[in-house]
Amino acid sequence: MSNIPVDVKYAKTHEWARINEDGTVTVGISDNAQDQLGDMVYIEVPGVGQTVTAEEACAVIESVKAASDVYAPIGGEIVEVNDSLTDTPETVNQDAYGEGWIFRLQPADKSEMDDLMDADAYEEFLESEAH
Amino acid sequence: MHRQPSPFFIVWNITTENLTIMSNRTPLFDEHVAAGGKMVDFAGWEMPINYGSQLEEHRQVRTDAGMFDVSHMVIVDLKGDRTREFLRYLLANNVDRLKNSGKALYSCMLNEAGGVIDDLIVYFLRDDFFRMVVNAGTRYQDLAWLEKQAAAFSVNVNERPELAMIAVQGPNAREKTLPLLAGSVRAAASELQPFFGVFDGDWFIARTGYTGEEGFEIILPADEAAGFWRALRDAGVKPVGLGARDTLRLEAGMNLYGSDMDESTTPLEAALGWTVAWEPAERDFIGRAALEKQREQGVKQKLVGLLLEGKGVLRNHQKVVAGVGLEGEITSGSFSPTLQRAIAFARVPAETGDTCWVEVRGKLLTARVVKPPFVRNGEAQIEL
Repeated sequence: MSNIPVDVKYAKTHEWARINEDGTVTVGISDNAQDQLGDMVYIEVPGVGQTVTAEEACAVIESVKAASDVYAPIGGEIVEVNDSLTDTPETVNQDAYGEGWIFRLQPADKSEMDDLMDADAYEEFLESEAH
Repeated sequence: MHRQPSPFFIVWNITTENLTIMSNRTPLFDEHVAAGGKMVDFAGWEMPINYGSQLEEHRQVRTDAGMFDVSHMVIVDLKGDRTREFLRYLLANNVDRLKNSGKALYSCMLNEAGGVIDDLIVYFLRDDFFRMVVNAGTRYQDLAWLEKQAAAFSVNVNERPELAMIAVQGPNAREKTLPLLAGSVRAAASELQPFFGVFDGDWFIARTGYTGEEGFEIILPADEAAGFWRALRDAGVKPVGLGARDTLRLEAGMNLYGSDMDESTTPLEAALGWTVAWEPAERDFIGRAALEKQREQGVKQKLVGLLLEGKGVLRNHQKVVAGVGLEGEITSGSFSPTLQRAIAFARVPAETGDTCWVEVRGKLLTARVVKPPFVRNGEAQIEL
């Protein structure tokens, strides 16, 4: 049973997005995603200052099993990336919603958050994907 | 020829939408599930790919002791006065190297074209009794081939599906296992030389493995497997899944049938020339003529080890570029947890030199050609 916290929103491509107090949005991948991919070995984070649009591939996570693109859930400018993942990629497996965050962006259009799923919708989405 | 019915469960999984393939379960299935094993299909068997972290399990084997359920592999007893003679003809390696009872030999079994039907281990027990362990994925082809070839020598081919097998591997594997063996065999097992085995009733303990570490592979009756597995677990041996099994054997430079070679490859194209016993020249074996011809004409491809110079993971079937018009393919690609680098085996043109490039997601990444093994007894064997 996957961990699906309610304080974030979810994309169909299994990223989560959390609005911070300062208006920036932190992004990572869901517990379901890290479980499917298995042990992480490399994370290619985006560059600070890079502009991304919603659904654009902007990071790559490689596990022993497969390489997977990480898509920006909403558009904006990357303001911070989690460099610690270079040394400890397994943080994504261990703490997907906390220390395993991948990047933080300044949203171009906050309303794009409304296009994402809440926890209940994501849970239903996962169940429908399983069949 | 006598085949016993399998006592293992045959399970039908019926979903609401489609009838899925039937899969076998070993006697340790419940243990795997109880230990949190993520069960997947492997050659028609429901096996644990990991129990939570493949990297942790790999490390466990390199630093302590881990155990694998290998009951899906096929144990075949060969009996008859002409068994040795039969195996001299059947196998590319020479069983005459086995002079002492209990000694094991790693060999390829070839077809007439020199292609590899399977790689296997054969134990000499008595002149009229040898035991073979072959891969799960080639069970049907292997048994059919054995029965066909054995007929001319009146050798009895007897599969032993009522036996399970557990491999305990790691620097502390033997120390943790020995106290759990029956008193009657403990001394003999502790004195086993590498690549030797010893019987204790229906149990067979061999100092062999597929990880590059010390350890045992233990054959035992299926109904005793769960009890022994639990005893090992209580002694601090951790269960290890198929995911780690693959990264361990790759680091150790060991081939995987179906990936690194198959019926369309000869041992000479799979870095297994060392397992072909050309001497004595008078020994004919199935595939010898084809191999000699290939050797004469020059082998066009070779299997090499690769170490990716930078970051990334190498994966099966990625294209390898060795030069202009010189292309090959990765046969086994992965990430080495011990070296923290990507490693692989690749089949490349014979002229390939010290470096090449691998196409990874559209980019050509530099790789160095190295001679396996990559790791032995926990230590890097190549320059990083």
